[in-house]
Amino acid sequence: MLEIEIDGKALQVNEGCTVMEAANLAGVYIPHFCYHRKLSIAANCRMCLVQVEKAPKALPACATPVTNGMKVWTHSENAVRAQKAVMEFLLINHPLDCPICDQGGECQLQDLSVGYGCGQSRYGEEKRVVFNKDLGPLVATDMTRCINCTRCVRFMQEIAGDMELGQAYRGEHAEIMPFLGRTLDSELSGNVIDLCPVGALTSRPFRFSARTWELSRRRSVSPHDGVGANLIVQTRFDRVKRVLPLENEAINECWLSDKDRFSYEALNGDERLSAPMIRRGTQWCEVSWQEALEFVANGCKAALDQQGPAAIGALASPHSTLEELHLLQKLVRALGSENIDFRLRHSDFRADGKRNGAPCLGMPLAQVSHLDRLLVIGSFLRKDAPLLAQRLRQAVKKGTRLSVVHPAADDWGMPVHQRALVAPSAMVDTLLHILFALADIKQTPPQPVLQSLRPASQDATATDIARELAEGRNVAVWIGNLAVQDVRGTEIELLAQEIARLAGGRFGVISEAANTVGGWLTRAVPGAGGKNVHQMLESPLAVCLLLGAEPGYDFARSDASRRALAAMQMVVALTPFNSGELREVAHVMLPLTPFTEMAGTFVNMEGRAQFFHAAARAFGEARPGWKVLRVLGNLLEAPGFAQDNVLDVAREVLGEHAGKAEVLLETGLDGRLQGVSVEGRRPRADTLERVCDVPLHFADPLVRRAPALQRTHDARAPQAAVHPETLARLGLEEGAHVRLTQGDAVIELDVRADDGLAQNCVRVAAAHASTIGLGAMSGPIAMERV
Amino acid sequence: MSLRPLILANTNGDAGWRLEHYLARGGYSALKKVIAGKVSPEDLIAEMKASVLRGRGGAGFPTGLKWSFMPKGEGEKYLCCNSDEGEPGTFKDRDILRYNPHAVIEGMTIAAWATGATRGYNYIHGEIFELYERFEEALQEARNAGLLGARILGSDFSFELFAHHGYGAYVCGEETALLESIEGKKGQPRFKPPFPANCGLYGKPTTINNTETFASVPFIINMGGQAYLDLGKPNNGGTKLFSISGHVNRPGVYELEMGTPFAELLELAGGVRGGRKLKAVIPGGSSAPVLPAEIIMDCTMDYDSLSAAGSMLGSGAVIVMDETVCMVKALERLSYFYHEESCGQCTPCREGSGWLYRIVHRIENGQGREEDLELLESVAGNIMGRTVCALGDAAAMPVRGFLKHFQSEFAWHIEHKGCLVPLDVQRAGSQIYVSPSC
Repeated sequence: MLEIEIDGKALQVNEGCTVMEAANLAGVYIPHFCYHRKLSIAANCRMCLVQVEKAPKALPACATPVTNGMKVWTHSENAVRAQKAVMEFLLINHPLDCPICDQGGECQLQDLSVGYGCGQSRYGEEKRVVFNKDLGPLVATDMTRCINCTRCVRFMQEIAGDMELGQAYRGEHAEIMPFLGRTLDSELSGNVIDLCPVGALTSRPFRFSARTWELSRRRSVSPHDGVGANLIVQTRFDRVKRVLPLENEAINECWLSDKDRFSYEALNGDERLSAPMIRRGTQWCEVSWQEALEFVANGCKAALDQQGPAAIGALASPHSTLEELHLLQKLVRALGSENIDFRLRHSDFRADGKRNGAPCLGMPLAQVSHLDRLLVIGSFLRKDAPLLAQRLRQAVKKGTRLSVVHPAADDWGMPVHQRALVAPSAMVDTLLHILFALADIKQTPPQPVLQSLRPASQDATATDIARELAEGRNVAVWIGNLAVQDVRGTEIELLAQEIARLAGGRFGVISEAANTVGGWLTRAVPGAGGKNVHQMLESPLAVCLLLGAEPGYDFARSDASRRALAAMQMVVALTPFNSGELREVAHVMLPLTPFTEMAGTFVNMEGRAQFFHAAARAFGEARPGWKVLRVLGNLLEAPGFAQDNVLDVAREVLGEHAGKAEVLLETGLDGRLQGVSVEGRRPRADTLERVCDVPLHFADPLVRRAPALQRTHDARAPQAAVHPETLARLGLEEGAHVRLTQGDAVIELDVRADDGLAQNCVRVAAAHASTIGLGAMSGPIAMERV
Repeated sequence: MSLRPLILANTNGDAGWRLEHYLARGGYSALKKVIAGKVSPEDLIAEMKASVLRGRGGAGFPTGLKWSFMPKGEGEKYLCCNSDEGEPGTFKDRDILRYNPHAVIEGMTIAAWATGATRGYNYIHGEIFELYERFEEALQEARNAGLLGARILGSDFSFELFAHHGYGAYVCGEETALLESIEGKKGQPRFKPPFPANCGLYGKPTTINNTETFASVPFIINMGGQAYLDLGKPNNGGTKLFSISGHVNRPGVYELEMGTPFAELLELAGGVRGGRKLKAVIPGGSSAPVLPAEIIMDCTMDYDSLSAAGSMLGSGAVIVMDETVCMVKALERLSYFYHEESCGQCTPCREGSGWLYRIVHRIENGQGREEDLELLESVAGNIMGRTVCALGDAAAMPVRGFLKHFQSEFAWHIEHKGCLVPLDVQRAGSQIYVSPSC
């Protein structure tokens, strides 16, 4: 420990601490611009100059390490003189355009110039003008305002993992810019808006639409990926104007992914459903809630009477709240049916009834930085969970060694130590190789059911991964969306669990959506005798309650989902959006409030339940899903639908934890499989197989309707990506127009060569208008030139 | 006293730079002595300390002391030679690389022995590309002769040395910017601490010295530290290369003993051109404060004397100005240089160097304001000591120096909206004057 005195306050700090950090501990504010606790130290703005005893000149607090017995004055005459001098330099070339600057009112430069600036400038020469840069649809630039603090440059390089910005030119001509002709394409790019201490980088969607002091703010939780980032939702006149990160070190730190930040645009879009609607013939008519709910109740009763409870079922999006999912499954079960599922993109249900609890990450997010070895299986990690990837990036920098088993070698912005680039159908085989290599190193046999599956040969990559894992002292094995959604997802999961067990590490599932874990906790999955999503679509129901999902976009088999739903007697769409896809298949649409207009709970991938309140009044006639389901329960005379408020509903699932802003659940999270077996190696079919990702800006109905996000690089229309050698074998070339066929589903796309893809695979993204005509997300696919 | 060539002794112009010539002049004998005698690094550093060789790049930091900061023991360590000579008026390292590159190679190899460095780079600025190529040739000669590379002279000692050329950014002469540049990054100085001796090139312990410093090393080893010190005066040992330019009859590089009176140097350079009156001298490169004739004529050319006179020896770049010079115009040119060469990293230098230039430019062009002198002083003071590297100081010091000794000329300029030195006199003094703002 080192002794330091700051402005007369004595304190003890750790070795290696800087004066800035010590001052923060002492509660002393030192003005600064370039310093940010999550970024490397640049010491370029010089605003934090302080006076240090025995130092001949003022020193930058952010970069000066504390020495024992150091005495620092942050507001002495010398220090303030230096700070004022720097402020004067910063202002000479800064435009005086605060009245038309979006940063006004939340600008560090504006704030500090009140304290350290001068009423009258001594600089009478022409000011610098810097041309604006096109950073894409999310970040607007006014580069003349830039003070070259390089926070954005450092963020992109250190946190986002891609050096998409740099400082070009010298001296007064120095400018922040992207690579020539490129935009800011990172999935974390919006954070540079928060980081920019001036109005050089501002939000393009928010631009000129409100002043910060006019906005009311509410805490909320992101409804998108499984991280559950904490949000500040800012509203004006009950319209969401902007979303900012709410700092939470345990979850999102101070960051947000662009999806979390900009999806709010969809809340104010034209497609919001404002009143209940019923389809009469081919006409959609607005009706009262009373009429709509009676229509639904009567439809259900008729189906019950004529076809029995098994003809009724419900399908829900994992982006729904815990309360909605709970009442939905409760309603279905009250009607005597077990047909309920929220795992719309899954294809393998062999594990149903064979696990103890909800699959989750198996560790708090904050502990990712402690891992020394990690194996990620079948995950588009960077795009599926950008903030988890960010945490992992920092961990890898500090020494976590990452191995990946996955059919695509996408750039995650971090070094991958060992990568097994294998087709989805070969993943089980690769995992068996890893498992047995690990078992040999550890001299522990895998569980009996697997013992007969020892591969005949050795695989060098798998052996190396096993060796890596065996060396680790803090190991984890994660499976991601591709693995979970694969036709052999259960086998992959079992093998991953075994590998984790033999390595003495933790097993985790990277949740697909904001409330995937909540879906498990509410038991929104079929019980004994019930149908899973696959079966409900195979032998269509009479009545289906469709909560927050769109056929075609949110299902593992998009063509089948559209066809099956269209064939049902009554599809009740509970949805915030008047969606074209739903108008095709539904008979009634009930307007739901999205997450900003209701209270609810999401349980993120680590099992953290987070309750949030409404940030704005409901749009039109829209109502929270739990209220709608509660009334429906009453109309159907189902028992247990007497809840007065959302907490009553939450309490039925979470007990005493209901309504808490944040609680890390301890029970119900054991996803271990029991009584599952592995088929072993399957002979390789001589067909191409589909590798399918759900691009991050297509993943749920809300984000699909966010206009700015839909203009980003990540939201480009999908192409069919194929390894160049496979392409050559097929006699095709990059740019060729091809017909893709899965069963009777056919679409046409352009081909792109991608050498970061396993051989014999065709990567076609799901959930885009151009690909929803295709079939299953995994499995065989045929490709031929048109 | 007169010329006392050491580094440049018997170099015979462009005909004497090759290895054979250097060997004929007794070259590499110091290296052989060190390797054959297995001189311990401690003894070598002690010898360097005894010589009081002070860094010839400008800062004058004792070389032996700098070497002693390198951590002992195994591990990758680097040695860098700073040949990014970019300060206006300085062109001595160019002559060393042109006429005696092997002295640098030998000096660096001895330094590597002393510091435990295994790899070295000579960073040569891009404007003298032909000398970069010459240095590459010299390196190859040394490698071929077993004087460089693996197992030097058959011993266990290995040292790899490479040439690296810059692209002409002045700031890359700042040692940490130079390291960044070698690493392939934008040349911007690093904040210190940590110092390069702990965390230098690629994060490894690194020693950086000037070309002339390294070139002096073999001579020190050969003659002994004390003898080298005795060449100059106490605390200012050895010889120094002075690059004298401006209004003298014979501009060029002169190697003299430290402590030689300025008057002698001026005489060696043929005196003031056209027999005119000496007005002022910048004694140590353009960032050194200017000294008026009456002060400089009493100075000897060494660190302590010039420091006592309020300037510095710097890199030994002597810029001589005669009575035809308008001091405002001279400062305008200097300020333009620093404005143009600021790297843009830290605020005071990025914003302040341009501001200084604009004020001086305004005064020079007859638009000066009454408060400008005070403003200049204040802005220069606000830059001094508040930047990441010394470039900020380098921009501020000439301003303060010019104002200190020639304030009246600036005041006259503001008041009369024109030069104190009549324009025809100026024209006679410099036939061609290109305005920096052109």
